[in-house]
Amino acid sequence: MDAQKIREQFPILRERVNGKALVYFDNGATHPKPTSVVDAEVKFYHHDNANVHRGVHALSQRATDSYEGVRNKLCKFFGTNNTQEYIFSSGTTASFNLLSTTLAPRVEAGDTIVVTRMEHHANFVPWQQLALSKKAKFEIVELKSDFTLDRDHFKRAMAMKPKIVSFSAMSNVLGHKNPVSELATLAKQAGAIVLVDGAQLVAHDEFKISDLGLIDAFVFSAHKISGPTGVGVMWAREEFLKSLPPYQFGGDMITFVEDQSTIWNELPWKFEAGTPNIAGVIGLGAALDFMTEIGRGNILKLEHELVKQGLAKLKQVKGLKILGSESHEGRAPIFSFILEGVHPHDIATLLDLEGIAVRAGHHCAQPLLRHFNQTATTRASLSYYNTAAELDVLVSAIENAKKVFSRGT
Amino acid sequence: MGHDALYKEIILEHHKDPRNHGLLESATASITKHNPLCGDNVTVQIKLSPDNKTVDDIMFSGSGCSISVASASILTDDVKGQSVEKTLKLIEQFRGVMQGNEKPEVLEGDVEALTGVRQFPVRIKCALLAWTALKELIENQNKEKSA
Repeated sequence: MDAQKIREQFPILRERVNGKALVYFDNGATHPKPTSVVDAEVKFYHHDNANVHRGVHALSQRATDSYEGVRNKLCKFFGTNNTQEYIFSSGTTASFNLLSTTLAPRVEAGDTIVVTRMEHHANFVPWQQLALSKKAKFEIVELKSDFTLDRDHFKRAMAMKPKIVSFSAMSNVLGHKNPVSELATLAKQAGAIVLVDGAQLVAHDEFKISDLGLIDAFVFSAHKISGPTGVGVMWAREEFLKSLPPYQFGGDMITFVEDQSTIWNELPWKFEAGTPNIAGVIGLGAALDFMTEIGRGNILKLEHELVKQGLAKLKQVKGLKILGSESHEGRAPIFSFILEGVHPHDIATLLDLEGIAVRAGHHCAQPLLRHFNQTATTRASLSYYNTAAELDVLVSAIENAKKVFSRGT
Repeated sequence: MGHDALYKEIILEHHKDPRNHGLLESATASITKHNPLCGDNVTVQIKLSPDNKTVDDIMFSGSGCSISVASASILTDDVKGQSVEKTLKLIEQFRGVMQGNEKPEVLEGDVEALTGVRQFPVRIKCALLAWTALKELIENQNKEKSA
């Protein structure tokens, strides 16, 4: 499928914004939804609407089959064979809150928790707060001047024998990959629990869980890969999940309630309290099918071309500085930049007037932006369906923004 | 919709060359406010007269977009040397205009150039940041005085 064919699957791309054809460069915030994902949710509500795991009637069986079937799709997508290892949550943030809460009893005063400078707040604040409450040390592994993780610092952090190491597989601001497997090995050797934020990696790379090495858990959100909002996935090793206490109580996570005690349900339901987002999970299943149909290799190829084009075109803009690697390799088409003399907010407004959607702000990564002495950047985050022609629209709109702000001197 | 409604010459000029920008050594009170949308922040410092009735001096600092910087510049320019009473009235009028509860005609001078921001609802917070900060700062002072 070429980009044009793929584009036809996303109705939102036919929108016009401020009289211009929409150029959607905010995929890092949330990805457009293909018709098949929306249809899957509508089909569930119109034909199968029932609660899961509790009815004897036909609709409940259909709802349960569709919902549980998504765990099989996840197994296939990530090359694993144990459906019990996939927990549905409401998103990446919820998954990290689950992890930080259920791991809290293991952290004691003087212990160390390690994250990196490039974390999204979702994988930063839960650990920062846990460390604070336990009087544990919160170690932030810094970056080198080429924007990559400082591996020497990482090794020094591992020498502190941390209890928990949690890091992003791909920065939502910088756009490049971290060597997950290599870092996981170091962390495991140090005896740590290893957790990975995969929110961006899932959208931009082709991999199996086994490629990530000795990790204990990997979390992501459905909406970043063209699934619905409000659905997250936490993959975690079965033994690791079994070692965790339940997170929330009620509903699906229960097997039997005595007057004075309760028996928890088995995995994965032990961590799925209450009625889940059934339609959303089914929508995620359709999103996985959609990506598989396009081909994850194909996605990678299309995006690699956008990386090359994007870097080349943006480099032509005088006064523009990209925050992130300028190498084509191991990189997604996520371009965070600053433009001399124009605040990101102003750029975003001027781009919006040309129909271009970008994100201006701190991208929920304030510790990272502080490192660069910035409060905000402009981020154009592209996806496989975007085109080089759209990049040209972006570049000319940036040039125009520069002109507006060269007035008044 | 063009950008001229938002980026008027007066605004761009205040952004390039903001008035009362920097630190106020003689400040009697100070406040920092963040715009959660983008992480921008503004610090407003004031020196009130001993009777708390006049804004003897005011300065602002921090990082922000052109709208928030120009707006802070215009605000400080307008209220420096003014009575606290008039300052609070101007803040109320400005907030009213930005929120669509007051006619833009009540604003005179450079501040009128900010009325175009109303057409860009997501940017209203940028324009209001320094104004909200100053209002809170004065109210805190009054509370302390009466306490």
